[in-house]
Amino acid sequence: MVREFFVSLIALFLGLLVGAAVMLFGGYNPLEAYRALFWSVLTSPYQLGEMLRESTPLLLTGISVALAYRAGLFNIGAAGQMYLGGVAAAWVGIAWELPPVLHAGLAVTTAALAGALWGALAGYLKAWRGVHEVISTIMLNWTALYLGNGLIRAYLLDPNQRQRSHFVAASATLDSPTLASLFGQARLGYGFVLALLALVVYAVLLEWHTLGFALRASGLSPGAARYAGIPPGRSIVLAMGLAGAFAGVAGATEVLGVFHYMGIAAALPNAGFDGIAVALLGGNTAPGILLAGLFFGLLNYGAGSMQFVAGVPLEAVRIVVAAVLFFVAVRYVFERWVGVRRPAE
Amino acid sequence: MIEALGQFLAITTVYATPLIWASLGGVFSERSGVIGLALEGYMIFGAFAAASSAVVLEASGWGAWGAWPAFFLGGLAGMLLSLLHAYASITLRADQVVSGFVVNFLAFGLSVYLVKVFFHGAGQTDTLRHAVFGRWGIPLLERIPVLGPSVFATYPSTYLAFLAVLGAYLLLWHTPFGLHLRAAGESAGAAATAGLPVQRIRYIGVLVSGFLAGLGGATVVLTTTGNFSHATISGQGFIALAAMIFGKWHPVGAFLASLFFGIGTGLKNLIQLTPWARDIPLDAILLFPYVLTLLVLAGFVGRAEAPRSLGQAYDPEVR
Repeated sequence: MVREFFVSLIALFLGLLVGAAVMLFGGYNPLEAYRALFWSVLTSPYQLGEMLRESTPLLLTGISVALAYRAGLFNIGAAGQMYLGGVAAAWVGIAWELPPVLHAGLAVTTAALAGALWGALAGYLKAWRGVHEVISTIMLNWTALYLGNGLIRAYLLDPNQRQRSHFVAASATLDSPTLASLFGQARLGYGFVLALLALVVYAVLLEWHTLGFALRASGLSPGAARYAGIPPGRSIVLAMGLAGAFAGVAGATEVLGVFHYMGIAAALPNAGFDGIAVALLGGNTAPGILLAGLFFGLLNYGAGSMQFVAGVPLEAVRIVVAAVLFFVAVRYVFERWVGVRRPAE
Repeated sequence: MIEALGQFLAITTVYATPLIWASLGGVFSERSGVIGLALEGYMIFGAFAAASSAVVLEASGWGAWGAWPAFFLGGLAGMLLSLLHAYASITLRADQVVSGFVVNFLAFGLSVYLVKVFFHGAGQTDTLRHAVFGRWGIPLLERIPVLGPSVFATYPSTYLAFLAVLGAYLLLWHTPFGLHLRAAGESAGAAATAGLPVQRIRYIGVLVSGFLAGLGGATVVLTTTGNFSHATISGQGFIALAAMIFGKWHPVGAFLASLFFGIGTGLKNLIQLTPWARDIPLDAILLFPYVLTLLVLAGFVGRAEAPRSLGQAYDPEVR
C-alpha cells in the first residue's frame, strides 16, 4: 500500500517533468508556471473553494471508474452516465415543485438512477450479449450526448437562450450559503459534501460489505466467484449500474450545485474521462481517489492562473494529465524498482 | 429535390472521406491485435500537423501545391503519435485501453498547446487560402447526372481514399504479409509458434493505422475547415472506430460503413443549407451510428466478431 503510493508519486512527478519539458520547448519558464499553478490556489479561501468545486465531479467519476475496475470492468462510460445524470437532475429541478431539501434529494436520486440505468445497460450488453464494455461504453457515451441534447431541446430548453435549459428551481439547488461564505463566495456547496460521502460509501461498500466482496471476487477471478455461488452476470450488471450511479451524481453536482442549468454540449464532459486518471492514479482505493481527485482538481483549476501569470497556455495541463496517466499505465516498469510484488495471475 | 440529392451526395462523400481513412487505419491496428482507441488522437494530430505545415508552405509560395506535402505530413504526424501507443502497449505491455486514452488526451492537449505557441496565443491556426485541395473532375464520369458532379468531381483525397480501400483489401487478404498481420491479431501465440515476429507485426499494424488516421485528420483540414482548432476533430475518430466495427474489421466493410455514417454529418450540413431539411431531428441522426453499432455488436442486427487476440499484450515469455 505504502509502496504503491510511492509508485503513484513517481508517476505524478514524471508527469510534471514532462509538462515542464513541454513548457521549456514552448519558451516558457516551468518553475514560474508551476508556482502560479499550485500556489495561487492556496492564496485565498475563494481560490481554494473553487478548486474543491473543480474536484467534486472528479471524485465521483473517479469512484465510478474505480468501482467498475475492482469488479474487473473498465468503465469508459462515466462521461455519458454523468451527462445523462445532469439531464435527469435538470429535469427534476425544472419540471417538479417540491419543498427544498426533498426537491434536491429527489433530483440527485434521479440523476443517480439515470446514470445507473446507462451503466447497467453496458453491463447487460457485456453479461448477456458478449459486447466488450469498453466498446459499448464508448458508443453509449456518444448516444448519451445526443440523446441528452435531444431531451433538453425537446423538453427543457429556455427559448430565450436556445443553447441551454431553464434554471432549476431554488429548492433543487445544492447551494450552501455557509460553505460559500466560508470560502469567499466560491461556488462550493453540498455537491462537495456528497462527493466526500460517496467516498465513504464506496470504501464501506467495497471493503466491508458482502456485495463489495462479491464484486471484488468477480473482478479477481470470475471462475472462483462463480464456484462460490456468485452469479457473474448479476455482478457485472450490478457493478456497472453502481458505477453509473456515482457518475450520474457527478452530473447532478454540476447542474444543481454550480451552473443551475444544463447546457447543450458539443462534446462530453472532460470530468468523465479525467475520472479514469483519478481512479488509476489513486489505485482504485477511497483515500487514493480523494488525493488524486484533489490533485487533478488543483491542476485543472490552477491552469487558469498559470496561463494568466506565466503566460503558459491552459492546455499544458492536459499534457501533464496525459503524461501522468501514461506513467501509471506502465507503472509495472518502475514498480520493479521499488519492489512492489504483483500476485501471480 | 434532385438538386438537393446531388448536394447531399456531394457533402456525404466529403464528410465520409476522413472516416474512410481512419477506419481503414482501425482495420490495420485491430487486425494486428492492438485496440484502435487512439484513432481520434491520430486524427487530431494529423489535422494539426497538416494545418500548421500548410500555413508555412503557403507563406513560402507553394500555392495550391502546398496541400500535398501538408497532407502527407499529417499522415506522418499521426504515425509519430501512434509510435507512443505501440511502444506502451506492445513493448511495455501497458493496458491498451489506457494507452489509447493517453494518446487521445495527449493529442488534444499538445496540438492546441502547440497552436498557441506557434500562432502567438491564437486558439486556431491561420485560415488557409491557397494550400487546400480543389475539386478534380474525372473526364466523362463527371457528366453523369446527379452522381457525376457529386462523386466524380470531388477532392483528390477522396479518390486516394477509394484506392486505399482497394489497396488495403489486397494487402490484407491476398499477400503473405496480410496473412501474418491477421494471424498476429487472431491468435498471437499460434503466430509466434509458426515463427512470426508478433511484436514487430503489431508495430507495423499500429504505425500504418496512425498514418492512415493522420491522413484522415489532414483531409478534414484540407477539404472542409481550412484551419485547425480544438473543435476540428471532435468524435470523428470514434465514429471511424464504430464504422470499422460495423464493417466487421474488413476494409470494404469499413468503407461502406464510413459512407453510411457520413450521411449523419452530411445531413447536419444540409440542414444549414436547405430550409426544408430543418425538420429532420438532428440529434436522432447523430446518435444513429452508435446505436446501430451497438445493435450489431449485441447480435440483434447481423453479427460482428473481433479478432480473438485483440487487446491482449503478447508476452514471449508466457506460454
